[in-house]
Amino acid sequence: MLMANTHDGATSRPLLEIEELEVAFAKDGGQQKVICGMSLAIRAGEIVALVGESGSGKSMTALSTVQLLPPGASIMGGRIGFDGRNLLDCSPRELNAIRGGRIAMLFQQPHAMLDPTCRVGVQVSEALRIHRGASRHTAETRALELLREVGIPEPALRAKAYAHELSGGMAQRVMIAAALSGDPDLLIADEPTTALDVTVQAQILDLLNEQRRRRGLAILLITHDLSVVSAIADRIAVMYAGRIVEEGPKDAVLHDPQHPYTHALMHCSTLEVGPDGKLISIPSGATRAMDLDHGCRFHPRCAVAEELGIADQCHRSEPALVPSHRGDGKVRCWAAEARLAAPAKDILQ
Amino acid sequence: MTLTGTVAERIGNTTPSGARSGFVAVNDLVLHYPLSRSKAIRAVDGVSFEIPKGQVLGLVGESGCGKSTIAKVLMRLVDPTSGTMVIDDLDMSRLRGEELRRLRPRMQMVFQDPLAALDPRMKIGVSMGSPLLQHGMAVADEARQQVLRMLGDVGLDPSFYDRYPHQCSGGQLQRIIIGRALLLRPSFLVCDEPTSALDASVRTQILNLLADLKDRFSLTLLMISHDLRVVRHLCDRVAVMYLGRIVEMAGTADLFRAPKHPYTRALIAASMIESESGFEAPSKVRGEPPSPLNPPKGCHFHPRCAHAADVCRSVRPELEVAGPRSTVRCHRWREIQLS
Repeated sequence: MLMANTHDGATSRPLLEIEELEVAFAKDGGQQKVICGMSLAIRAGEIVALVGESGSGKSMTALSTVQLLPPGASIMGGRIGFDGRNLLDCSPRELNAIRGGRIAMLFQQPHAMLDPTCRVGVQVSEALRIHRGASRHTAETRALELLREVGIPEPALRAKAYAHELSGGMAQRVMIAAALSGDPDLLIADEPTTALDVTVQAQILDLLNEQRRRRGLAILLITHDLSVVSAIADRIAVMYAGRIVEEGPKDAVLHDPQHPYTHALMHCSTLEVGPDGKLISIPSGATRAMDLDHGCRFHPRCAVAEELGIADQCHRSEPALVPSHRGDGKVRCWAAEARLAAPAKDILQ
Repeated sequence: MTLTGTVAERIGNTTPSGARSGFVAVNDLVLHYPLSRSKAIRAVDGVSFEIPKGQVLGLVGESGCGKSTIAKVLMRLVDPTSGTMVIDDLDMSRLRGEELRRLRPRMQMVFQDPLAALDPRMKIGVSMGSPLLQHGMAVADEARQQVLRMLGDVGLDPSFYDRYPHQCSGGQLQRIIIGRALLLRPSFLVCDEPTSALDASVRTQILNLLADLKDRFSLTLLMISHDLRVVRHLCDRVAVMYLGRIVEMAGTADLFRAPKHPYTRALIAASMIESESGFEAPSKVRGEPPSPLNPPKGCHFHPRCAHAADVCRSVRPELEVAGPRSTVRCHRWREIQLS
């Protein structure tokens, strides 16, 4: 139903449409940009993974969407379209109605997000009472249904538990139930499985996938781990230094990455061994948006630029995000753009 | 034949003499946290393993399986209920007081969260140097020189000496923690989830650094992780733990090529990128580990196991020898292997 007309409908309007987003921190009287010209679209029923290292701006993108940026950070430009409206034009009151209602969020540390002094059942029913105006009784009955739906055994008993009585996996299930209680169209999940055991990780990802299928829920999945992405995402957007450097369908990006950074990230995630018997890694630490103000932001760590002899170009000017030669994705790389000699993949190997 | 028996025979009551291959030999280690007269949490329930000199043993399992408790016991931060551990010919479980303090530098530990392991108000150099002063291994200026040299060894420049922890990235902090541990010239290093707080790209850097330092400082390593991908590269052997017991132990290549215990198969299936693991959905494990306070009868894993039979629900499986240098604790591993 929902899935059917959203999935084949390339013409259908995206549910969330971030366009040319600019976010900056105020610092020493000036500004430090952390997100520069970021664009991303998610359709109903679609799972889009936003992948990148710490400091790449992926969490900032999520927080910008719901306008919950930390003090000092502000949105300098761009548009965040949600179901036909620009969220940046919404009043605080309208935003409050959307947050926790049509847009729900899920965070890395479920225990930190749950109130330690309040029974979890009450926390799950809170959104129902606020957003739906449900009576206490209706909200509590619905909360039990939700807890059952997210796979919590003995929901009536668990609803009376406090957060500290739950394991990490159970706490994250409770958070998912709370997120679903407002019957959202979009779920923003920021590293929802990073703090969990691998076995439980797989279960939580299955649960998210199931909810997407059942409700036609769109999910923005933020993670640094490509194995999480490979499990459930439809599309992948790779972020580096506050910008998207590659974007496309999951299989295309994972199996034929066009950007040298995506390629390197793949090697790191699978812990592949290079010709020298060491694990392939990316030299030095991640460049942050404020560290570098010229050229391709990845060039200081890029092996391709040197080898192709285009290091000068990469150093001087920043490539644009253009359709890649694969056709179904986009990439921000001089080497890929010029399609010099061979795709980045062959050169790296 | 059970492993407990074989190890006990080979290391002969853990006297320092005798031909032992294990540089680190842990024998039938038990740690129970008593709750009342009749109840106890069996955090570690009869664990035995050996690590030959210069080798790396990986210890994997989910949260609460007892892997970090083993690390704490080996560091003598917690006293075991019973069992012995011999490190470099010394029975560590019996040392007390000053004698223990003198030998502590021999065994060092790297923790998961490097920021929590450093004093936020202390400069990096001072933090790194203080164990040297504590153990009387250097005086002020020597300590400084050694710290500066160690910063280079772990791939950081000398300017880090005067920085504070909040000025460093996660990867840099973990290098600092590793450096601080190595300054005491330990022969045995325990790394408890050293990379799980780090980004994928930094994780490989730290694993490469550990591999490199292991050779340069002739270290014997115990590597604890919940992520099999991490142990795969660095470890010679891997032990898989479940609810306080080792359920499978084998050479790393063997373990990944032909995992015998259903739990090991599930862990491999869960931690690999889809195409990497040869195991399909049935290997996915249901539920979460049961409470060690009230473990299931028989095989601890049976409530989550797709292959559980009647025998698994009633009889506790012992560690069986399943191949050369490979042991498994499962009633049905032969049948599962065939299917």
